[in-house]
Amino acid sequence: MTAETTSTRLPANGVPKLARGVRLRHDEARGQWVLLAPERVLQPDPVAVEILKRVDGERTIEAIIDDLILAFSVERGRVAADVDAFLAGLAEKGMVEVSS
Amino acid sequence: MNERVNVASHAAPAPLRAPLPIPYGMLAELTHRCPLMCPYCSNPVELDRRNAELDTATWLRVFEEAAKLGVLQVHLSGGEPTARRDLEEMIRHCVKVGLYTNLITAGVGVTPERLQAISDAGIDHVQLSFQGATPEVTDHVSNFKGAHERKLAVAREVRRLGLPLTINSVVHRANIHQIPDFLELALSLGARRIEIAHAQYYGWALRNRGALMPTREQVFKALDVVEEARVRLKGVLTIDAVVPDYYAKYPKACMNGWGRQSLNVTPSGKVLPCHAAEMIPSLDFWNVREHSLAEIWQASPAFNAFRGTDWMPDLCRSCERKEIDWGGCRCQAMAIAGDAAATDPACHKSPLHAHLLALAEADAAADVAEYDYRRFSTPDRAQ
Ligand code: SF4
Ligand code: SF4
Repeated sequence: MTAETTSTRLPANGVPKLARGVRLRHDEARGQWVLLAPERVLQPDPVAVEILKRVDGERTIEAIIDDLILAFSVERGRVAADVDAFLAGLAEKGMVEVSS
Repeated sequence: MNERVNVASHAAPAPLRAPLPIPYGMLAELTHRCPLMCPYCSNPVELDRRNAELDTATWLRVFEEAAKLGVLQVHLSGGEPTARRDLEEMIRHCVKVGLYTNLITAGVGVTPERLQAISDAGIDHVQLSFQGATPEVTDHVSNFKGAHERKLAVAREVRRLGLPLTINSVVHRANIHQIPDFLELALSLGARRIEIAHAQYYGWALRNRGALMPTREQVFKALDVVEEARVRLKGVLTIDAVVPDYYAKYPKACMNGWGRQSLNVTPSGKVLPCHAAEMIPSLDFWNVREHSLAEIWQASPAFNAFRGTDWMPDLCRSCERKEIDWGGCRCQAMAIAGDAAATDPACHKSPLHAHLLALAEADAAADVAEYDYRRFSTPDRAQ
């Protein structure tokens, strides 16, 4: 393991997808994105929304990070940490499944 | 179903004279038919018969209107929603218009084939009720022999299909000691969420209060058990609780405010601010057969009767908790104070608080053994 990967919890080549019963959609009536789960309506912040939009069950975590860097010209280290922390949190709650 | 819409913890409290709130959830009571006979059923004492139920086309229109109005989650409930043969068509339509679908079922009479079809239609989440944590209790409370075994089979099938599962349990004197067993049951079935709802005393439950009411000691012990489990099972099992308000200091924030986050459509198309609201005789409910859902939400007298804080008695209007608990439950005010616009007697500031407590204690001590089971009124009494 290299120094950069010791702090991450999810494998970079893992493919995240929303679990059954979890859906991301735009809520026109309120003009915002929402993440819907069993008896929960979550309002992800703008960064979370950009990550979630790329969680399609096909892209790897690494590809999601690459894509975010390209789209927002941000620094890799920070994006990688954000993506990992966010997705690991959702995985813990059973809202995201990561397969490799 | 003893249902509670649990949404949007992040929603900001509405300021006074705020623009009309947008509802998050809709409880669709598709039918009152149900093979079980729970003595605390949240359906009204006068149940709608099959020939009074809305047809498929009307329900599909209602779902479409709900989505346009801003509803995000639809709770397909009853009675037993699978008694409607058009359930799958409704689910498909909800998915098409972007609604998140939640099935609230008792699981009796639901075959694996039916569950497969419901899953294929796109259901997002299944809530399965257990009247007890053991066969003896479930079968007794629901008055259906073999109900427990059937529910276990349905739970396993739900998980085999990969659907998220919630176990719903309504607790009262006959099963309040089983809370640890309910938690075990949920874990063993692969549920990630459990609802532990203390029976709420309206309609059938009010009728059966003497047979259902637990003692104060039982209630406080139950609260401790749940709090301990919340900590122990964090990240494994989400526990959502509906608190027992008869022994409480403050009332529950019923519906998170009247006409604020959710609405309820009955089998015959009446739209209610909460499922028990029909017990308030002065309210005028509009029906989806005559009005659009948006019209009803905005303009029906029943929704505007207790919206916001203007309707409140001085006791609540001058209280710092008025936008926390919204004055408590209107149906309980009706049932105990005989006035739907009174402060909920569950609040310790209510002049009727001691009376409510005395009622609870007397009912708990009365220890009535027999249930008056939920059923349709006899044909000669039905109009
Ligand atoms: S009788 Fe029981 S299972 Fe049937 S609708 Fe009422 S509470 Fe639910
Ligand atoms: S007085 Fe009214 S607003 Fe204040 S805590 Fe009691 S019920 Fe709630």
